[in-house]
Amino acid sequence: MERHFDQELKDLNQEILKMGAFAEEAIYKSVEALKNQDTKLAHAVIDHDNDVDNLELAIDEKCIDLIARYQPMAKDLRFIATGMKINAELERIADIAVDIAQRTLELVDKPLLKPLIDIPKLTSVAQNMVKMSIDAFIKRDIELAKKVLLSDPEANALRDLVQKELTEDYMAKDSSSAPRAVQLLLIARFLERICDHTTNIAEDVIYMVQAEVVKHHPEKLKE
Amino acid sequence: MEKIITKNLNLWYGDFQALKNVNSGFKANKITAIIGPSGCGKSTLLRVFNRMNDLIEGVKMNGEILVEGENILNPDIDLVNLRKKVGMVFQRPNPFPLSIYENIVFGEKIHGDNIKKDKLYDIVEESLKSVLLWDELKDRLNKSAMKLSLEQKQRLCIARLIAVKSDILLMDEPCSALDPQSTARIEELMRELKNNYTIIIVTHNMQQAARVSDNTGFMLFGELVEFRDTHEIFTAPSDKRTEDYITGRYG
Repeated sequence: MERHFDQELKDLNQEILKMGAFAEEAIYKSVEALKNQDTKLAHAVIDHDNDVDNLELAIDEKCIDLIARYQPMAKDLRFIATGMKINAELERIADIAVDIAQRTLELVDKPLLKPLIDIPKLTSVAQNMVKMSIDAFIKRDIELAKKVLLSDPEANALRDLVQKELTEDYMAKDSSSAPRAVQLLLIARFLERICDHTTNIAEDVIYMVQAEVVKHHPEKLKE
Repeated sequence: MEKIITKNLNLWYGDFQALKNVNSGFKANKITAIIGPSGCGKSTLLRVFNRMNDLIEGVKMNGEILVEGENILNPDIDLVNLRKKVGMVFQRPNPFPLSIYENIVFGEKIHGDNIKKDKLYDIVEESLKSVLLWDELKDRLNKSAMKLSLEQKQRLCIARLIAVKSDILLMDEPCSALDPQSTARIEELMRELKNNYTIIIVTHNMQQAARVSDNTGFMLFGELVEFRDTHEIFTAPSDKRTEDYITGRYG
């Protein structure tokens, strides 16, 4: 028998998917704005953040309501508890997209410090991790969630490369490059933070599906 | 729209005051739950809505109870009509020792005038469909209602009210005799019924009130302490006594 509660859970799932779509779209637009120096698109990302915040609050309230009214157990409880956490992660991802859009606005009209090579690579890793983590949630796919976790070292390495190049090859040699270099450093850092949030989502998905805590236990991934 | 309103309602059983200055409004097409510890007055409040307490000796009331705008404490009120409009389902299902068919048409035969047989059959079909019993029982309408399961009996009692076109359903612990699966099915039925009926349920089972109702009233010592949206009562009650009760700290 389908319970009334099942419909409530489906509604919650839909809302979280919508939040995922918001986050994915914000990241896509912010990096497109960066690549194309598109101020209109950067402003669109910043303006849309209000909708993201409102959806975050609505999902939180829904989760609290379901816990209070239905006293969920087992997989229902894990879904709602992780739904709240994933909601917060997605909202943070969308916030970081706003940060990237703001840095982009700072960089517009200034000559590019250097051709962007590793930042676009980091961007595509980050976008891919966002997509995979949301897909893992949608499909309750443990293997895909693990793939997200295994992608994180690549993101860290790219961030380190960007950092090393900007500090050693530009800032150390020519202090006038610092204002632009700092913006790029921040963007690399933001992109890497996005990847960290996706790994949190992936860990939450694993807990939701099989009740196993892999957070802070990387050895469990190899089993 | 409010279907039932109480204004400064007081009720005494002899010297004992069971309801103290109760002000409330029960919305149409909503499920309202009344919760509270034993003896708090919740069943008493439910029973005043169709004047069932009149049957108890020494009952005294003052204040107002408006059912669809009409004060039912008015001495001229037609009690038969009131009880037709405001039906009650009890803790233990109480079908008559008659056939399923006769149980459903019983009220109609009392209230109605010479209704034709095929019309009665339509009423039976419609009422049993409303409580999702038709498919199970349509081939044994002449069998005794006493042979049904507890859940079926409770559904039948609800169907009996639907047959006489009650539009307010009072439910006094309607699931306390049922197992969890039957309880869940009755709750689903209540959600279906609220599209057409106003439902007031008294329950000991706080979880049930939280799951099924739109609004909740918390009673203590005859007083309606808090009466609000169910979500608010169970996530952020405004009165400390409500919070103590729903978090299990009371007493």
